[in-house]
Amino acid sequence: MEPGILLRVKDLKVKFDHHVALDDISFEVKKGETLAVIGPNGAGKSVLFRALLGLIPYSGKIEWAEDIDVGYVPQRLAIAKDLPLTTEEFFALKEKNKKEVRNALTAVGFEEDKPHKGHLTHHVLKRKIGVLSGGELQRVLIAFALLGGPEVLLFDEPTSGVDVSSEETIYGLLHKLQEQKGLTMILISHELQVVYKYATTVICLNKEKVCFGPPREVLDRESLEKLYGGEVGYYRHG
Amino acid sequence: MSQDLLFQILVGAFVGAAAGYLGSFMVVKRMSLVGDAMSHVALPGIAVALSFGLSPMLGASIALVLAVVGVWYLQETSEIYPEALVGVFFTGSLALGILITPEAELLEALFGDIERITRLEGIIAIIFSVFILIIATVISKKLILGVISEELAKSTGVAISKINLVYLLLVGAIVALGVKFVGTLLMGALVIVPAASAKNISRGLIGYYLLSVLFGVLSAVTGVIVARNFNIATGPAVVLVSIFIFVLTYLFKTKSNEKTLVDIFSKKR
Repeated sequence: MEPGILLRVKDLKVKFDHHVALDDISFEVKKGETLAVIGPNGAGKSVLFRALLGLIPYSGKIEWAEDIDVGYVPQRLAIAKDLPLTTEEFFALKEKNKKEVRNALTAVGFEEDKPHKGHLTHHVLKRKIGVLSGGELQRVLIAFALLGGPEVLLFDEPTSGVDVSSEETIYGLLHKLQEQKGLTMILISHELQVVYKYATTVICLNKEKVCFGPPREVLDRESLEKLYGGEVGYYRHG
Repeated sequence: MSQDLLFQILVGAFVGAAAGYLGSFMVVKRMSLVGDAMSHVALPGIAVALSFGLSPMLGASIALVLAVVGVWYLQETSEIYPEALVGVFFTGSLALGILITPEAELLEALFGDIERITRLEGIIAIIFSVFILIIATVISKKLILGVISEELAKSTGVAISKINLVYLLLVGAIVALGVKFVGTLLMGALVIVPAASAKNISRGLIGYYLLSVLFGVLSAVTGVIVARNFNIATGPAVVLVSIFIFVLTYLFKTKSNEKTLVDIFSKKR
């Protein structure tokens, strides 16, 4: 693969039993890009992610650059409130070095004494992971993905599960991470404003690839109508 | 205390420890029914072994390995876990087992009889229990990550389907060991109940593991002693002790809910 290209997908097709979930998908991702994956419900966005991560069988080609480490932030984890696992222990499932864990937590905006003394230790790390708020859990999952220093972050719907008031900070945070760590980002999003603001490239999916390119160039009325079937206004609510 | 009783207590403690530890994963994996159901599968295995003059433990093991592979296959190949199917299949094997087990052996197979355990069987049970504890510890982190999210686990390089198979084989092994101890009907309880009790009062993983093991040991040891003193069957005694512990921890859980007001308060912000 040419230098600068991190991921190349060619003629990707995913079938479940007799149902085609994705067909004829080809695209490339360059280093440092933010690729947004958009499309209506059931368009195969999460299926694409699962194929990229090698979790499901597919036909066609998915090529990652050599020795690349991919971090994955899953969508809407339903963790039972009474699961006896503290956040600290959750991190220890992947990384023993507590300093590394602290660094990852700092990177996603946690501070030990904010908003009050010992907050991080007592209200996040020592608590059961199932009782964290949506926003806290999302940041914890990003920190978890950052452990091990991945070059690429796959992010399944960053806003889901986060309070509306902190939505902006999650995207701001991702943007900051990208600049600091030179991360390449692939994210699924429902919100077109976010795509316009943060994505360098967008891929529109509706089982097949409907559009691909810089958002301002490819997200015209025609492709959006093709994608969402004339319900664009609804999806613009953000 | 006689030497026999001491030996029975020792065997019970090891089997209880391994059962409790394995149960700790089963409870958070939400597959408690599978544990219970698997213990029923042992019965037809025992019956067939007895009619061929083989060791019941061997028969139970073979039946359990077949069941484990079946459960694992269902887990891997269908998106929705077919719990009802497992229930149907395993109660079916219990019914079949009751019909084909020679009547003289039926009671022992159903409820166990630790007083008739031989030295060799006891020592095998202890060695296998230690093995189970070790292997379960080795795969524990991967199992728990799989509980959080199988996809997250896979994305960090965990071969989750292999790990699940190893885990189910361990469960099969402990059920086979426990058949002689508490019997096929009640072995599921010795796996599930100590962990369910531990979950009532644990905040973190390490405490949860330790309490599951401790409650498993406590149930087994107390059960054996109570059974001997009151001259009752061991299996039911062990299980009733574990249920008693469950009730205690449940009461403690309800009581300690007041403490978590702090959590609720800080969560609402």
